[in-house]
Amino acid sequence: MTQSLPRVAASVVLPKAALAKLFENLRAVGFTLVGPTVRDGAIVLDELNKVQDLPIGWTDEHQPGQYRLKKVRDSGYFEFTVGPHSWKQFLFPPRQKLFSLTQTEGKWVIQPAGSLAPRYALVGVRPCDLNAISIQDKVFLGGEYKDPHYALRREHIFVLAVNCGKAGGNCFCASMKTGPHATAGTFDLAFTELPEVFVVEIGSEAGSEMMRDTPWEAATAFDLGRAAQVTQRTERQMEKELRTDDLPRLLYDNLEHSRWDEVATRCLSCANCTLVCPTCFCSTVEESSNLKGTATERTRVWDSCFTLDFSHVHGGNIRPSIRSRYRQWLTHKLGSWIDQFGTSGCVGCGRCITWCPVGIDLTEEIKAIRGKVTP
Amino acid sequence: MSVAFSTSDLRTPVDPMLPRPAVIQAIKPEAYGVSTFSLAFADSSEGSGYRFQPGQFNMIYLPAFGEVAISLSSDPGEPQVLGHTIRYAGSVTRAIGRLKVGDIVGVRGPYGSAWPLEKAVGKNLVIVAGGIGLAPLRPVILSVLRQRDAYGRVLLLYGARTPADLLYRDEIGFWREGGIEVHITVDLADENWKGQVGVVPQLFYRIRVDHKQTMVMTCGPEIMMRFAIYEALARRIPKESVYISMERNMKCAVGFCGHCQIGPTFICKQGPVLNFAAIEPFFGKEDF
Repeated sequence: MTQSLPRVAASVVLPKAALAKLFENLRAVGFTLVGPTVRDGAIVLDELNKVQDLPIGWTDEHQPGQYRLKKVRDSGYFEFTVGPHSWKQFLFPPRQKLFSLTQTEGKWVIQPAGSLAPRYALVGVRPCDLNAISIQDKVFLGGEYKDPHYALRREHIFVLAVNCGKAGGNCFCASMKTGPHATAGTFDLAFTELPEVFVVEIGSEAGSEMMRDTPWEAATAFDLGRAAQVTQRTERQMEKELRTDDLPRLLYDNLEHSRWDEVATRCLSCANCTLVCPTCFCSTVEESSNLKGTATERTRVWDSCFTLDFSHVHGGNIRPSIRSRYRQWLTHKLGSWIDQFGTSGCVGCGRCITWCPVGIDLTEEIKAIRGKVTP
Repeated sequence: MSVAFSTSDLRTPVDPMLPRPAVIQAIKPEAYGVSTFSLAFADSSEGSGYRFQPGQFNMIYLPAFGEVAISLSSDPGEPQVLGHTIRYAGSVTRAIGRLKVGDIVGVRGPYGSAWPLEKAVGKNLVIVAGGIGLAPLRPVILSVLRQRDAYGRVLLLYGARTPADLLYRDEIGFWREGGIEVHITVDLADENWKGQVGVVPQLFYRIRVDHKQTMVMTCGPEIMMRFAIYEALARRIPKESVYISMERNMKCAVGFCGHCQIGPTFICKQGPVLNFAAIEPFFGKEDF
């Protein structure tokens, strides 16, 4: 057993069995571990109690509007891509209490939401999802106003990234330059899975510290070569692509393209794409009170630009048609997001394609708008 | 802990979503279903630091009902009293309409961009307002009156549905006396109305301005602003000299909720006051 710790930016080799020790180290310093696990026929993100909670030996198959889990013979730990959940649920919770308010004798007492939040260790973050977190950082922390609820959760996270060993049927991270290999500086540890070991990049002091008392060994050039091949193979596997060089102009110039009418005949306006999207950040507020209205609680909840209510102003809705709402979503995601935050709102994870009940594929929509319809 | 994120400046940032209680000092009925509420912060020390620019807005909160974005309609020179001219249009504003002097509402703000009054110095100013759209322009009028000599001709083109819907009727005489040329029209006259009948943009036909030296500020229904802009551009006023104030659904006013976007613009951040040249590619796009 090695006594010293690996230095930051080093790459080491870790036997797979040692993952349990790493979990133990994270838990010992107070982290709540969350990561992929199998539930209801899908790989979801939830609290992990032990290494065996991971979807070991499972893989997933993605097609537009279709998702299936499959057992694989080689018992890899991270043989799948991304499921319906994204990490945003831990940093930007679907329901966030803002404050409670009581009124007594003409006086208001406002109790802000507590500043206690779990310290999450995110286990198994894919490179696309790492980029999604960076994008939400810009939304919630990059402007004049900072969201304290996001900041509280965000500042304490530990990121254990996992580079991708396979491309899902709807993946196009290579086009979005967000994967399949995690960028240094965005994680504490990054794993690449080989058949018998993990090759681990140490991304931070914290990451190094978590390797304590594990049987790590310095990676050889041979190990590094094999690890590099994993993500190179994944990139070659990736069939889906999205051309981005003419965005956002293409969208701004085609706000009246006939494709919007066509996609509106298929889109159900169900909002699935916005809920599974790791970057979609829209929210609304809910008010709940006692019958007298003297005790109130205000809660921020996820919202979607696909709901009719989203654009309501007195006298009507700005976007009454599905055509206008789909156009808003895609134009924002791939277009105006760039003007707003200096980055695309899309990381190429493909969730919106997989979880669209009618299999609408945004990469196909963009091709159609560009004038190349694939039959 | 993680290098993925540097945290030094983020410890316990103040939650911008927390309202501050303010007491209703006065309620002045303006027209049917429209009143001006004058507010002062319950904690007077909070009020002392509050300043706003003409065109900015507050989020007004009523527990158990919700929150609405309302423009400040009072004099920025007297920021200890916050005037909001509110039309009872939705569930929150109707509930506010049932409040009395001394009741409490929550206030967050001020938010958003301001009318570029400093850019208008030395120029003519045409203020074009329809209906409740006069409210966010009233601080412009009051600011102009404070230093009337700083501007050239100042014209107000204002219209409402009926004579009974005209706002600030008791003040318009003072505005005229203060050196503002006021032109008023109504969509639908009654038997006592001796003024103009017709839509607001038509008032442009009653005025003559030097297009090189004129700035236009307009607020009202989008269809009205569209035609007001048309009339301004037809008189060769450059679009860079035209400013509009836009309205969108708004839940947070601080750039988080996403509701108020029009193209790349967040109405709560870059707006509500926008230079027409900047918003033109998206302004008036149907259902956008």
